[in-house]
Amino acid sequence: MKTYTYTEKKDTRSGFGAGLTELGRTNPNVVALCADLIGSLKMNQFIEENPERFFQIGIAEANMMSIAAGLTIGGKIPFTGTFANFSTGRVYDQIRQSIAYSDKNVKICASHAGLTLGEDGATHQILEDIGLMKMLPGMVVINTCDYNQTKAATIAIADYEGPVYLRFGRPAVPVFTPEDQVFEIGKAIQLQEGSDVTIVATGHLVWEALEAAKVLHEQGISAEVINIHTIKPLDDKAILDSVAKTGCIVTAEEHNHLGGLGESVARVLALHHPTPQEFVATNDTFGESGTPAQLMEKYGLNSDSIVEKTLKVIKRK
Amino acid sequence: MSNKNLHDLTTQVRRDILRMVHKVNSGHPGGSLGCTEFLVTLYTNIMNRKEGFDMDGIDEDLFFLSNGHISPVFYSVLAHSGYFPVKELNTFRLLNSRLQGHPTTHEGLPGVRIASGSLGQGLSVAIGAAQTKKLNNDSNLIYSLLGDGELQEGQNWEAIMYASAKKVDNLIATIDLNGKQIDGATDDVLPMGSIKGKFEAFDWTVIEIENGNDIEAILEGMATAKAATGKGKPVCVLLKTMMGNGVDFMMHTHAWHGKAPNDDQLENALNQNPETLGDY
Repeated sequence: MKTYTYTEKKDTRSGFGAGLTELGRTNPNVVALCADLIGSLKMNQFIEENPERFFQIGIAEANMMSIAAGLTIGGKIPFTGTFANFSTGRVYDQIRQSIAYSDKNVKICASHAGLTLGEDGATHQILEDIGLMKMLPGMVVINTCDYNQTKAATIAIADYEGPVYLRFGRPAVPVFTPEDQVFEIGKAIQLQEGSDVTIVATGHLVWEALEAAKVLHEQGISAEVINIHTIKPLDDKAILDSVAKTGCIVTAEEHNHLGGLGESVARVLALHHPTPQEFVATNDTFGESGTPAQLMEKYGLNSDSIVEKTLKVIKRK
Repeated sequence: MSNKNLHDLTTQVRRDILRMVHKVNSGHPGGSLGCTEFLVTLYTNIMNRKEGFDMDGIDEDLFFLSNGHISPVFYSVLAHSGYFPVKELNTFRLLNSRLQGHPTTHEGLPGVRIASGSLGQGLSVAIGAAQTKKLNNDSNLIYSLLGDGELQEGQNWEAIMYASAKKVDNLIATIDLNGKQIDGATDDVLPMGSIKGKFEAFDWTVIEIENGNDIEAILEGMATAKAATGKGKPVCVLLKTMMGNGVDFMMHTHAWHGKAPNDDQLENALNQNPETLGDY
């Protein structure tokens, strides 16, 4: 069993900020837009170094999305920054018509996704954004797990031609993926090799899946842990190869079980290799105020829940 | 293009619009006919356009149609401007056509740079394209067309506020002031008060074209609008038009906003607009 450690916790949004700063230095076509959340999105450094390539839109997200679509005409690569709720649900039609249907090269960068936004409560804690975005034809959907992966993903999507939804979060979480990683869109990463169960996790739940695998190991259960950072296009092969060995699967995400990673995995399995599956996700509910840790525990989005669902799914084999 | 040729082209575009919507018994002739003189004049005499089409449109003026339902006039003018064969107008709204009910880039139709149809987004898109022109040190202009009823969509006012605040002065946004929308007169559906006063309050330069169906008036008004660009303010043209212009029974009513003529009505309408450049 591989050992994963970390020396520090950092927020994934800072990984986005660092990636954007690097793009500002390396890619003259990258421009950034923000709807009055510069500090929250960690865009300050990019703005300081490239003031002419930054557009402060004000509190007007619909305008921001359509302006971003227009900026692509003439070769710019716009990165929009606001909270996940305001990056998706609030502006769905603008994204649908002016970005997705119009095939525009816009990178929708969404912070504060999910319950871990914390005390602001359910108005801001979107748990439906992955579903909204993956339903749009041609939209790539990415949910990164730590600072390093978020930075690498931010840099990688600038080289991809087409609309991308990049989802990350607010709280400081363990930094455990390599600093020098190359991010491949649509390529799952096997973190633990195992034979009894496949645990497929995305975003903040990836670290929780590694913690769960340690607990399971102590109980004599060999868990394969896969980091699915790209929900669309999904790495079907990695999932199918793994369940061919293990015969059961747990999906884990900070999102509603309707419309999220779990449903995408279930579709692949139903088509190619029907397999018992359990879901670590919210149960068709809104969130509420609380600390991130309290919320993840109350709504069953932590390593304890992954262990529990694993024991359950193994019995269904 | 001479005024005689502009008039001939305008009449032919009118015939195209009527025949397109009649064939598929759907589409929006009213607003299309009302904007025919404007779009013909814009594409032939006002805009600086390159030969051919590429999405980025560097070193040329660009146009964005926000009220995408007037696609019949847009398609006809694009075809007559050389972006695709005029005979392709025959495929309007048919299965597997590039000429979708509302304009889209998705089917690769040359001349179209954004999908529109869901109202209220085109001005924001035009602003983005205008800001890219500035970043690229490209001194060409961005033109856009919006319906007056469309101004009821709130996103427009986000865009109008932004454009003046950010001094987007390489943009000429034209409002088709025909005073009508699907459910009736704009003053009955949702009165908007003084649109001129609103744009001026948002610190735009406003130019009025009292007869927006008169080619001379359009040429003069748009020359004034062009001269007003580059002075730190976005430019708005209030183009007063007649919905259904050129077909007597389609004028002075909102009834033909989204309705196609039957066989007899088509014959009547075409007789009022004799063939000039040849039907597709």
